[in-house]
Amino acid sequence: METKSIMIVGVGGQGSLLASRLLGNVLLAQGYDVKVSEVHGMSQRGGSVVTYVKYGDKVYSPVIEKGEADAVISFELLEAARCLPYLKKGGTLITSTQQIDPMPVITGAMEYPADLAAKLEAAGADVTAVDALTLAEEAGTSKASNVVLMGVLSAKTDFPEELWQNALEQCVPPKFLELNKKAFELGRNAAKK
Amino acid sequence: MKKLMLGNEAFARGLYEAGCTVVSSYPGTPSTEITEEVAKYDEIYAEWAPNEKVAMEAALGASIAGARAFCGMKHVGLNVAADPLYTAAYTGVNGGLVIAVADDQGMHSSQNEQDSRHHAIAAKVPMLEPSDSTECRDFVKLAYEISEDFDTPVIVRMSTRVAHSQSIVETYDRQQPELKEYTKNPQKYVMMPAYARGRHVFVEERTNKLIEYAETSSINRVEISDKAEFGVITNGAAYQYVKEALGDRVSVLKLGMVNPMPEKLIRDFAAKYDRIVVVEELDGIIESHCRNIGVTNVEGKAIFGCIGEINQSVIAEKLLGEKKDFAELDDAIPVRPPVMCAGCPHRGLFYNLKKLGVTVSGDIGCYTLGAAAPLNAMDTTICMGASISALHGFNKARGAESEHKSVAVIGDSTFMHSGMTGLVNIAYNNSNSTVIIVDNSITGMTGHQQNPTTGKNLKGDPAAAVNLEELCKAIGIKRVRVVDPYHLAETEAAIKEELAVDEASVIISRRPCALLKYVKHNAPFKVEADKCVGCKMCMKLGCPAISMKDGKAVIDHTQCVGCGICKEQCKIGAII
Repeated sequence: METKSIMIVGVGGQGSLLASRLLGNVLLAQGYDVKVSEVHGMSQRGGSVVTYVKYGDKVYSPVIEKGEADAVISFELLEAARCLPYLKKGGTLITSTQQIDPMPVITGAMEYPADLAAKLEAAGADVTAVDALTLAEEAGTSKASNVVLMGVLSAKTDFPEELWQNALEQCVPPKFLELNKKAFELGRNAAKK
Repeated sequence: MKKLMLGNEAFARGLYEAGCTVVSSYPGTPSTEITEEVAKYDEIYAEWAPNEKVAMEAALGASIAGARAFCGMKHVGLNVAADPLYTAAYTGVNGGLVIAVADDQGMHSSQNEQDSRHHAIAAKVPMLEPSDSTECRDFVKLAYEISEDFDTPVIVRMSTRVAHSQSIVETYDRQQPELKEYTKNPQKYVMMPAYARGRHVFVEERTNKLIEYAETSSINRVEISDKAEFGVITNGAAYQYVKEALGDRVSVLKLGMVNPMPEKLIRDFAAKYDRIVVVEELDGIIESHCRNIGVTNVEGKAIFGCIGEINQSVIAEKLLGEKKDFAELDDAIPVRPPVMCAGCPHRGLFYNLKKLGVTVSGDIGCYTLGAAAPLNAMDTTICMGASISALHGFNKARGAESEHKSVAVIGDSTFMHSGMTGLVNIAYNNSNSTVIIVDNSITGMTGHQQNPTTGKNLKGDPAAAVNLEELCKAIGIKRVRVVDPYHLAETEAAIKEELAVDEASVIISRRPCALLKYVKHNAPFKVEADKCVGCKMCMKLGCPAISMKDGKAVIDHTQCVGCGICKEQCKIGAII
């Protein structure tokens, strides 16, 4: 199989690490060659964070360049817009509708662009916009937006749901497992609507 | 068992499987996880040293004692450790000695983009360079064999993309470590001129033997394609980009050993094709080597340059003229630079430094973010420890005019690393400098590593804690005081007082990092909208949890940790 590319993007501290671990586990269980790549360090301090996930028969480069991503999953709307150039024309774009002002907006130097979800759709992306923060809070904590979005992704891909459940059990500490399973289910159901 | 592993985790697995027993490192992105992962193996003694030079010397000592030893650091760390490295090249080893140095192509988390291969060449030690996680594991094990067979330290060069990419690794059992016999041998281990002259001869002979080894070792691999249009010579992460972009359109010589490099192997490969392209990140070291050994049909840096990362798109565009299609929005997308976290103790300090308009000699750590808008409160950042020594020089150049309006800012871990000696210089050479140690009780930027001030060691066990106040006094600084940066007015008063006096002083701005698990957060604050007049005084703090909506300040309850500096800043009491 030709290599597929998925980008997970968000703001430092939003939990992209767990999301990429879940996805990596599912792909590994499917028997693919897998590479998961991210940059640690300074960018984690509230900056844009990007994780690359690639899978197929044989994966070489761990990074994804412009026009190469089959899917982008974004934890924040502005980050989804920032990553649009990386998406293949007509690719899948799953985004949380959460907005977090970056420093140039906070200081008043720039404005947060309006109507981004509609603009991304108009630019040709296959957009699924979900209020992941509200769903995560419904599951029990605002921190579970990452797992909500993995639930959305699970509905948009055809990996067996059992693999996702196994991945959750492997990657999430037992005391947070039920909460995360609920967050996953809420995301999965939201995608099907 | 097959597992997805970071390059750094696989590196640690290689150390375990190779029977390494002593590890001493200093954290630095992107090398840190090697030592954090190795610390999880109970069979291996692992520690954070105060700096890379100490770490390298500790590892060399363990090697001389007969153990397989390891030392890890980032590229700039090797500058600090260069002194022991260059002479360890002469002494050679007893038990194998492996050194990891992680380069940061693209400067994701570094102050420069130096190419560590220059150190291997200058120190005359072999350097291996893996391309994925499995190679990290395999190359570490091979590095120990080379180290012991050739009597040399061996450097394994990592890069951000190899260190921080996960790929599938199969694990094997640990080779039972054997502590080699230690025999006193001053001709080998006492590097005074009479003995060192003999060892230099040995080093040159060793290099010749290593070149012979490089000609036939499987670590340097030729991949011939019948459809090849030209030949490519490459190394490290660049190999992956070449394979992805060019596939079977080229034949590849992959150099797993980047110092010393083979000669005949390269000449023979180059003779097969009219055109040879070297794809290497940063400096043109392989390309220069090709020219030095008489290969003339070679190109490289003229195509790719020596700045930043290469990737599959760059290769496809430069060598095949292919460009991918993509969409972009018309809107200007605001950048999202890293910022000090909500509740960061550094914020209160830097807000005051900005307010007082002082010149700030900065250093390496999370607090370097004090240089960014809206605080903009940093004038210089050079390298670990330079804040204190450079302030001293700045003040000696400009005299009293500068002494009363300039400070150095340095973190607790960075002070332990190489700030102490600068403070000794201030005391000894009598400058009226004001040094602020931002003590957040952890090494923050690299992801919360313990250090000699925290009272815990790498494994999390209790350890002796350096008392910063007593240390500064022992160095000879009479004015040493502690402030809580969450209290803006108290911090401002302390800075003003210490700048005013005609002697050296140290202010310890002490408050643990807000992200530490043991730090209890207060309930989030909120803005009373009917009281808020939209004066934006709170916005001057640059807190990511505060923004303006419809002319009023709003606090994001998911980010706010209740540090309260915005409450102190709000003169009309709208924040509760």
